[in-house]
Amino acid sequence: MAEIDINGEVIESTQYIVVKIDDEQYGIDIQYVDNIVRMQRITRVPKAQPYFEGVINLRGEVIPVMSMRKKFGLADDVETNKTRIIIVKTEAQALVGIRVDEVREVVTLYDNVIEKRSYDKNKEEANDYLLGVGKNGDDLISLLNINAVIAEDV
Amino acid sequence: MDTSQYLEIFIDETKEHLQSLSDHFMVLEKEPDNADTINEIFRSAHTLKGMAGTMGFVNMQNLTHKMEDVFSVIRDGNMKVTPDLVDLLFRGLDALEAYQDNIINTSSEGDETNDDIVNALISMKEGKAPAAAAPKTESAPKAEEPKKEEAASQSSGGDNVAKKYLDISFADFEKNAIKEADEQNKNVYGITVYIQENCLLKAARAFLVFKELEVLGEVVKSVPTVQDIEDEKFDLDFSVILITDATENKVVAAIKTVSEIEKVAIGKLNVAEIVGGDAKADSDAKQDAAQESKSEESAKPSAAAAKKAKEDKKAPAKSSGKPVVNRSVRVDIEKLDDLMNQVSELIIAKNGLVSVSESDTASTDSQSFTEQIEYLERITTTLHESIMKVRMVPIESVVNRFPRMIRDLSKKLDKPMELYMSGEDTELDRTVIDEIGDPLMHLLRNSADHGIESLERRKELGKPEQGSIYLNASQVGNNVVIEVKDDGGGIDVEKVRAKAIERGTITEEQAEAMEDKDIIDLLFLPSFSTAEKITDVSGRGVGLDVVRSKIEGLGGDIEVRSKKDEGSVFTIRLPLTLAIIQALMIELGEEKYAIPLNSIETIEDVAVSDIKYVKSKEVIHLRGTVIPLVRLYDLLDFPPREETEDNITVVIVSKGDKQAGLVVDNLIGQQEIVIKPLGKYINIEKIISGATILGDGEVALILDANALV
Repeated sequence: MAEIDINGEVIESTQYIVVKIDDEQYGIDIQYVDNIVRMQRITRVPKAQPYFEGVINLRGEVIPVMSMRKKFGLADDVETNKTRIIIVKTEAQALVGIRVDEVREVVTLYDNVIEKRSYDKNKEEANDYLLGVGKNGDDLISLLNINAVIAEDV
Repeated sequence: MDTSQYLEIFIDETKEHLQSLSDHFMVLEKEPDNADTINEIFRSAHTLKGMAGTMGFVNMQNLTHKMEDVFSVIRDGNMKVTPDLVDLLFRGLDALEAYQDNIINTSSEGDETNDDIVNALISMKEGKAPAAAAPKTESAPKAEEPKKEEAASQSSGGDNVAKKYLDISFADFEKNAIKEADEQNKNVYGITVYIQENCLLKAARAFLVFKELEVLGEVVKSVPTVQDIEDEKFDLDFSVILITDATENKVVAAIKTVSEIEKVAIGKLNVAEIVGGDAKADSDAKQDAAQESKSEESAKPSAAAAKKAKEDKKAPAKSSGKPVVNRSVRVDIEKLDDLMNQVSELIIAKNGLVSVSESDTASTDSQSFTEQIEYLERITTTLHESIMKVRMVPIESVVNRFPRMIRDLSKKLDKPMELYMSGEDTELDRTVIDEIGDPLMHLLRNSADHGIESLERRKELGKPEQGSIYLNASQVGNNVVIEVKDDGGGIDVEKVRAKAIERGTITEEQAEAMEDKDIIDLLFLPSFSTAEKITDVSGRGVGLDVVRSKIEGLGGDIEVRSKKDEGSVFTIRLPLTLAIIQALMIELGEEKYAIPLNSIETIEDVAVSDIKYVKSKEVIHLRGTVIPLVRLYDLLDFPPREETEDNITVVIVSKGDKQAGLVVDNLIGQQEIVIKPLGKYINIEKIISGATILGDGEVALILDANALV
């Protein structure tokens, strides 16, 4: 989180890691990102939630990995050499891997270019995965609500 | 002699020997004629004696010496082991432990001589009934006294020994101290000690002499000064003024226990002469009047002087109040070898990196570099695991003192009971081991005191007279489970309910609505004890709540099950992120799984044609038992496949007396694995208890056989 001062107005900014899933770009708040690793062998865990691919060994720790494609109900993952696993550390200090098609870049978005998602309290959606949409030049980036993505489906 | 560098080894070994003594005493109590045990005790006592002697712990040496004596008589068949003797031995053991504690904390054994035990041992040896706690004032061992008295009279009587102490001049406060002591009818001796010419460590010997003298009384003055003596700034002799209740002979005998002492000159001082005209004229005739009352107040100056002397001497050995010994872990040599191997590999990996960076061929560079990095990563991971393994200690080191405790409680409470233990080799992390002792002790004491009923009550109920307490430790998946079980009266739910209402913990309406289980849980609240009378065993109300908070502090939980007149079970479950178990690795399709070895009974090769059906479920017939088959392949959601083999491999697992046959594709082999949690957020079924990382970095899941049976 950084702050700039434009004409005496303080605007907060946040850094996001931009990833590609299917044809869309998503942003993950960098403060949650612990690590980004290449695709590696994933051990299937039977009877886990379907969107969990399994577990990997990250320097001696066993970490569950979920597939964003499966979570979002998109077409199956295809492994390429751009496939990455983003290890995120949530507020509960637990590590989870998120499999994405590609990691693009790190961008800094100021609050004034982010369109916050409008909340409709009466129509609370279970899959509240998005915080809002940010504009980076001509690109639109959907900002992921990591804690909601990781938390179990209701 | 400076023995501080050996102190750690001494303490370690003493601990071992004391434990071995304790174990063998327990055996001895049951089998008084067991020759092996007697020999073993003899050996342990002998070693202890030698070690204590070397370290200059005379009291400890003396006590073990007497134990050894008694056992040498028993070993020769001249004496029988009696319950009285065993009791006495246990008292001796406690005294030795007290010495050990003193040594750990202050590096000195303390002044307690435990004469009552020593004397009782001596009279035991001589075939007499043990003297009931002989008075403590006799400090030198009786058996050796005649000889020493002789020696003492020789040395003190001989004219050839110069009484250098006569030349000592006194400062005013010293005079006062002497005068006061004289008024209390204490003996004031002048002593000159001569050390043998060939003695290499004069200061050390002098130090030991001072120690002996301080046991007997107060050293008012020494020439040369204590500091000089410590720095070895003296010839072969030194003189001291001692105020004591003891007789001349005793003082000499005490000094003579220190080796390399040539001779001792001792004599009563003419107090009148020293102090001058103020002293009572008849001070010489004080021997006849033995006055018991002592005034601590009046002896202050001399006490202070003596204290100072003591402190001076202790200073080099220890400068602060903290225990002198560091905590240490004994490590299996195999684990160390493992570590060494991994470090060698680490060096190889480093060399690999160096050679990659030196080679210029840019094309292969990046790839071999990554390979080396991966190799390095793997080594560091295993290295980490090995180091953590070193921290694992079998629970045995905590529980092995409990049989003795229960034995003592059994005597004290006058209820026959026995402790049965199992699973002492279950390993727990060092930090957990250190913390778990007290809660377990609490629970065992609880069982002994409240659990097991009185003898009469047990007879009434038709139970065996001897109460049984069980302590079982085992590893279940990611947890270590410790069970404290007794076959006593169980928890009286109604009594707890009534008590809770009386205390205002719950209202009557609440009590009505609560289930028995919840009522029992009330026992874990702070200051809730149902013991009707407070004994020193338990019942002070600081019991179960402390146990619970301690266990929860370790990240575990505790639960109770209890049935009236049948007993209660306290189950402690401690999480084990680092448990290491032996497992059988198996293959299913392309995947590898681990099955904990302790739940595996056998592995069978079964012909497909031998599979029978009971209620349309697959079973096999094995040596007279019908065992249901579990098709792991199907259970674990593998894609369906056709069965092609004629034979299947079945791993028979058991839980209690139930069995199940797990059908697997291939056996890989036995392996020691480190259990890792699967992490948050991912939901796992009970059949998977965790994961482990294999040698090649791959993750394999661990099947919980208990959930499959």
